[in-house]
Amino acid sequence: MSRVEVEKKVLNENQILAGQLRDRYRISGVLCVNLISAPGSGKTLLLEKTLERMDKAARVAVLTGDLQTENDAQRLAKFGFPVKQIVTGGTCHLDARMVEKHLAAWNLEHLDLLVVENVGNLVCPSSYDLGEDAKIVLLSTTEGEDKPLKYPSIFFKSELMVLTKIDLLPYVPFKAELAKENARRVHPQMEIIEVSSTTGEGLDKWMSWLERRREQKLATP
Amino acid sequence: MHELGIASSILECVQKEVERYPGVHISKVGVKIGELAGVDVDALQFGFECIVKDSELEPLALEVELIPRVQRCPKCNNEFRMADFDPHCPQCGEFATQCIGGEELDIAYMEVDE
Repeated sequence: MSRVEVEKKVLNENQILAGQLRDRYRISGVLCVNLISAPGSGKTLLLEKTLERMDKAARVAVLTGDLQTENDAQRLAKFGFPVKQIVTGGTCHLDARMVEKHLAAWNLEHLDLLVVENVGNLVCPSSYDLGEDAKIVLLSTTEGEDKPLKYPSIFFKSELMVLTKIDLLPYVPFKAELAKENARRVHPQMEIIEVSSTTGEGLDKWMSWLERRREQKLATP
Repeated sequence: MHELGIASSILECVQKEVERYPGVHISKVGVKIGELAGVDVDALQFGFECIVKDSELEPLALEVELIPRVQRCPKCNNEFRMADFDPHCPQCGEFATQCIGGEELDIAYMEVDE
């Protein structure tokens, strides 16, 4: 019996496709962010408020993933920006092939920002590179403060944590400082923004984070 | 619940190797999984057993090596294994240490019958 060293990524095919997407985004100057959270943390509502605040001439598009239904795409389409639903038919995460396929009809040269809303799940999406510039994880105040410790992989891989539903803080036992501390224990460099999509608090910070992140990307050779 | 997909990616990789070396039998595939990879090893083993049974590659064992999370301190360059979600450098106390290992999801080796 002999042993052959291999040294290959298990998700090699996905990595290759994600690399191609990343190249395309770079060439076209598109910032791509991948929004990840548990179901019900407020990804779609945050996106609605984001699109609502965008200049009508903004060059933004959204891909939104779900196991079933076109509901989220319908919610997001009313703002006039290009939106496409990815129905995974049961798969618990998006992969690079699904993103590539659904991007096919769009010209990336006409975009500055592409938001991918992943399937609501804190586990599986963390393994699949979509070619994004940044993963962004949402945690809402109606969840547990220890979620970053329970799902370290996604909190480690995310550049930014958006703490949502902060308007509910007076009514829930959630300790925001503890949640932030837990996120930074998993990922000491984590950036954190607190928002309420309902009252609008913190949305300015979120919008300027996106803008700054794109400028930062364009400035990087 | 994505372990079945990962198991089938591992199996596809072995199938490709077999195509390159016709006639050989691969008895074991070794993978490295970092603690930050977000993969449940028991679920992966179970999924792998199930799909190997229905393939021409049976018998084929999967061996998993778990890779711990390792941090490097930007202040004193100390490298240490991170435990209990405490990123502090044990040497100088710095909090903002950087992860340098523990994200692996790699095929490491295959064992071939002579």
